[in-house]
Amino acid sequence: MKKSSAKKRQSGTSRSNFYILRLYIAGQTPNSVTAIANLKKLCEDKLQGKYRIEVVDLLEKPQLAKGDQIIAIPTLVRRLPPPVKKIIGNLSRTESVIVGLDLQPVR
Amino acid sequence: MPRAKPKSVRPSLAKTPTGIQGLDEVTGGGLPKGRVSLVCGNAGCGKSLLAMQFLVDGAVRYGEPGVCLNFEETEAKLTANVASLGFDLRELSKRRKLSIDYVLVDRNQISETGEYNLDGLFIRLAHAVKTIKAKRVVLDSVQALLAGVADSAILRSELQRLFRWLEDHKLTAIVTAEAGIHTLTRFGLEEYIADCVIALDHRVTEQISTRRLRIVKYRGTFHGTDEYPFLIDEEGISVVPITSLALAHKALTNRVSTGIPTLDEMMEGKGYFRGSSVLVTGTAGTGKSSMAANFTNAACARGELCLYFTFEESPSQILRNMRSVGLGLERWVKNRLLHFNAMRPTSTGLEGHLAAIHKLIAKLQPSIVVIDPITNLVSSTGTYDVKSMLVRLVDFLKVKQITSMFTNLTFAGDPQERTAAAVSSLMDTWIVLRDSKPNGRPRRELYVLKSRGMAHSREARELIVSKNGLELGIVLKDHTLGSTVEVPGAVAAAK
Repeated sequence: MKKSSAKKRQSGTSRSNFYILRLYIAGQTPNSVTAIANLKKLCEDKLQGKYRIEVVDLLEKPQLAKGDQIIAIPTLVRRLPPPVKKIIGNLSRTESVIVGLDLQPVR
Repeated sequence: MPRAKPKSVRPSLAKTPTGIQGLDEVTGGGLPKGRVSLVCGNAGCGKSLLAMQFLVDGAVRYGEPGVCLNFEETEAKLTANVASLGFDLRELSKRRKLSIDYVLVDRNQISETGEYNLDGLFIRLAHAVKTIKAKRVVLDSVQALLAGVADSAILRSELQRLFRWLEDHKLTAIVTAEAGIHTLTRFGLEEYIADCVIALDHRVTEQISTRRLRIVKYRGTFHGTDEYPFLIDEEGISVVPITSLALAHKALTNRVSTGIPTLDEMMEGKGYFRGSSVLVTGTAGTGKSSMAANFTNAACARGELCLYFTFEESPSQILRNMRSVGLGLERWVKNRLLHFNAMRPTSTGLEGHLAAIHKLIAKLQPSIVVIDPITNLVSSTGTYDVKSMLVRLVDFLKVKQITSMFTNLTFAGDPQERTAAAVSSLMDTWIVLRDSKPNGRPRRELYVLKSRGMAHSREARELIVSKNGLELGIVLKDHTLGSTVEVPGAVAAAK
């Protein structure tokens, strides 16, 4: 897995990638709701369908917080393509999201 | 002091015992129950260990499961680190008595894209607490968390929320933090923690390392503000609970033999008072250790447990030397009535010695303690006042009704009391030994300089040391002792 991901990383910028983004929330709080909305909008604008959003509610599945070392809520984790990237906050600052996740817009 | 309600009526703050020897004594029962306590100190001071011991003891001794949110070490590393202290974290985790969660706080700036809070941390903590029904929590150390969260406003409010959460759930918690330069902790965490703050200190002075613990704040409890020495050894942390110097110990009336029949005779035929402190001083080679050995031998023969702290000679040296004067102490060692504890005086600071002595006495509960000699302790360097250490030690021994003997080397030509000045007022009995050469014939002299509470003989006698043991010979009319010894306040002995 490591070797192939290294290869992917090098050539990833030119190829169109499929993004798997996992958003951790803790119940339907205003911040979390905002984050979900912001995320959906961003993906529609920039990723043109080449994405999948997973929403993990830690109130329902607390044991999942440990794996990705989640402390802040909301936290958005880019799981694919590697490398894993993590950003926190309700995703209102779009530029920060793009930079933080290293999103290469799909054109 | 304002008039207070009688002790029985005053409501007391509930406390959770830590299980750490000495700490529960100095805090009057442990940490405030259901509240958050702060343990802070410089690097290497032992705060993580203290917190861990609190959890392990809680689980093992008090049946209270505990959760540790560790921001610095992974579970594997932590488990390995404390294994040498006899803490088996893996076993405790398996039995659901302990839950350790390594929380990695990304030190690289994580992009903050908008508002957030630390609910993730809360959820992890709540989950762990709920899973094992924990009663104790440790957050070690909060420094890493503080470093990782950039927004200080969010950090402050979340920390307050976290401490409130712990209290709402009635968890007794310890939070560890690094010491600051001007403030108690680097972040000023002490402002958030209202109930109990303990500061640990570890410093190296003149090549000797010293560990001290201080209760900075303990709301609702009258606590000593002293620094208490503590030590860390293969069993974990133990604190020296300096006893209150109330001089309230009971004076016993029964007696113990000195081990030398003729010396007993000089002391009303009975010997020392039980629970008293005896000082034996003399120049080199005058027989101090032999006195101690005789005393010990007699005690062991009565079936009493003796603890012999030696700071100069190894136990086997002592055993060999005593054999040459007719004393076979090996049998007492073999049937465990005599325990030797040998340490170089410079091996640790005074506090370290004090702590080790306390610990061993608490463990073995002897009726006799010998410290041979205290000379090097008295002269070893350190910022802790020698006299105050000895005061505490002697007080501790008296409270435990242990009869103690201290030997001290004096130097030829020095007035006796100069070298023993720091010490003699603490001692109930003071025996002086001296070499002299009247008419060219060398001999040893013994003199009971003082012995409180009894009509002791004021005569000097010759001390005869042979392979048959120690004996007191004839009364010396021409002794050289009484005249040169100036006991403060006392009348010089008549010749």
